[in-house]
Amino acid sequence: MKEILLILFIITLFALAVANRMRNYVKILLVQGLLLFAMSLVQLSDITVANLVWIAVETLLFKSVAVPTLLFHLINKNRITREAEPYLPHFASLAITVCIVAGTFLLAGAADDGVISRMTFVAALSTIFFGLYFICSRRKLLSHLMGYIIIENGVFILTLAVGNTMPFLVNLGVLLDIFASVLLLGFLAGRIGDVFKNTDIENLTSLKD
Amino acid sequence: MQYFNIDSLSMIMTAVLAIVLLPVIIHSFIYFNDNSAPAKSRLIYFGAMLLLTAALFFGYISSHIAMTWVFTEVTTLAAGILIYRHGDSLALEAVWKYVFVCAISVTFIFIGILFWSLAMMHCGCTDLSYASLAQHSAEMDPRWTRLGFLFIFAGYTAKMGLFPMFTAGIDAKDNAPSPAAAILSSALINLGFVGIFRAWSVVSMGGCATWGRALLITTALLTIFIATTYMVRIDNMKRLLAYSSIEHAAIVVLGLCFGPVGVTFAILHLIMHSFVKCGLFLHFGQMARIYKSKMMSHMGDYFNLNPFGAIVLLLGLFSVTAVPPSGMFISELGIFGAMVSSGNVWAVVVTALLLTVLIWAVVKGLIKVVFLPRKDSLPALEPVRIHWAESLTQLLLFVLAILIGYGCPAWLSDIVSQTASMIY
Repeated sequence: MKEILLILFIITLFALAVANRMRNYVKILLVQGLLLFAMSLVQLSDITVANLVWIAVETLLFKSVAVPTLLFHLINKNRITREAEPYLPHFASLAITVCIVAGTFLLAGAADDGVISRMTFVAALSTIFFGLYFICSRRKLLSHLMGYIIIENGVFILTLAVGNTMPFLVNLGVLLDIFASVLLLGFLAGRIGDVFKNTDIENLTSLKD
Repeated sequence: MQYFNIDSLSMIMTAVLAIVLLPVIIHSFIYFNDNSAPAKSRLIYFGAMLLLTAALFFGYISSHIAMTWVFTEVTTLAAGILIYRHGDSLALEAVWKYVFVCAISVTFIFIGILFWSLAMMHCGCTDLSYASLAQHSAEMDPRWTRLGFLFIFAGYTAKMGLFPMFTAGIDAKDNAPSPAAAILSSALINLGFVGIFRAWSVVSMGGCATWGRALLITTALLTIFIATTYMVRIDNMKRLLAYSSIEHAAIVVLGLCFGPVGVTFAILHLIMHSFVKCGLFLHFGQMARIYKSKMMSHMGDYFNLNPFGAIVLLLGLFSVTAVPPSGMFISELGIFGAMVSSGNVWAVVVTALLLTVLIWAVVKGLIKVVFLPRKDSLPALEPVRIHWAESLTQLLLFVLAILIGYGCPAWLSDIVSQTASMIY
């Protein structure tokens, strides 16, 4: 069951690589939030009720409802063009994603050692690296923010691996996610959107040497 | 307290924070009186300054790896508020870049902590305090230790200002008010150092010490190279100072790799750099009031416009380039000595060559500002009187750095060598 969820999660990365509308990105992020909730139910066997509620708040309420709603709102409010406008064509994007996943498989060759399963390691690290690639290859500030949320999802998978023995790390990870996402989202919604009407990164290139 | 512990390193860093903070607060008041900012933005600025100070203090004294991380994250929020000025789109851009890069780097640190927690689970231990990590460092699985250190180190480079995450800090210091830039390039760099130092004290005791040393040396040399290439063609004085900070941070990291002597001089170098760089950024605040510009090509004739300030600036110029009578000359010499005695002559040669170019770049720019007349094509300056007492705080900071370099008191060298014994 755990493996199936992890594989489904990796498939969402490929979907992100070829999606071509901003709204589709948000929908895929929503699916990722639901998958993360399912994963934490399966994986965290010996966990207190309080912790479970906390994780449900993070994955269901925050990742699957609050963030997508806010992102949809930002897309509508700033009249962002619907096209995602990546720098690279879809084929190249897909090829790079394949390379990332294959690379982490190679890196994980020795990882299966009882503490963390190989599949968890691959899913977590390829999500983190895919998030970095996503940030580098997209033009809009909003997609940079989505790249950051993807990285956070990867981190969440990784925390689940240690969640049974060190639950406080899971809580810290959740706090990091909420704190940083709210900071970035709030800043983008409140300030950048007002000053720069069009949130392309081309507007943010006046600082240089 | 389980999560906090005052040891020699946190004592040094807290003392530096206290010494740096006083002139920063004084000059913040001068900055706001000059700019006639609304009361609300003053309130936000000083609130953020308090938050930053508190976060830095708790970050220094954390004895648990997750606590250092939490307070590093809080500094991002506080620094973001300090950089922001209402209605300034450049400052807005700098805040966005700084907060975004720091958010990613803080996530990296967290990933590193997760890898180390996997390594600790192998040892059957769930305590992630530095003492427990150091105790188990020999039994930790080297794969997880390496992967974890890589991520932790990469994450803290954003705060300390090293390759690869230094860019956000440069933009931040360029656009922040100069008193805020002064604390960002002294006490905040020290927090990045504390994070790297404590992680390195775990790695250097285990089986991955050689690998870790190679990583640190490569990063440091790359950082010095990047700082040099940017500094030779830079006109913006604030960015010049910010790049000089990453150069000194790289020298400090080099020192960490070469035995107890290297670590001792590295910490002394960091202390003196905090005083000198804080003084220079504070002094830039006065120059900005005279010239209404950050560009060195718009400046000139400083000796006639502000004689006492010009003498202080010259002293700061010698201090920051580590040319005698600078105290940092002594610590750089000590670090180079440690490198030579460990047989890494090539690294000394590379660093010294890069530093020569770098000193030329800084001196060329600033000597022109002090002695050459302003270009005739530039619009005339409004006469601004700078009271000599405003430059006094910087003078005291520079003199303090010289005193530490040439007459380091016995109690200070005791504390510093005690700190060095945490690594070797």
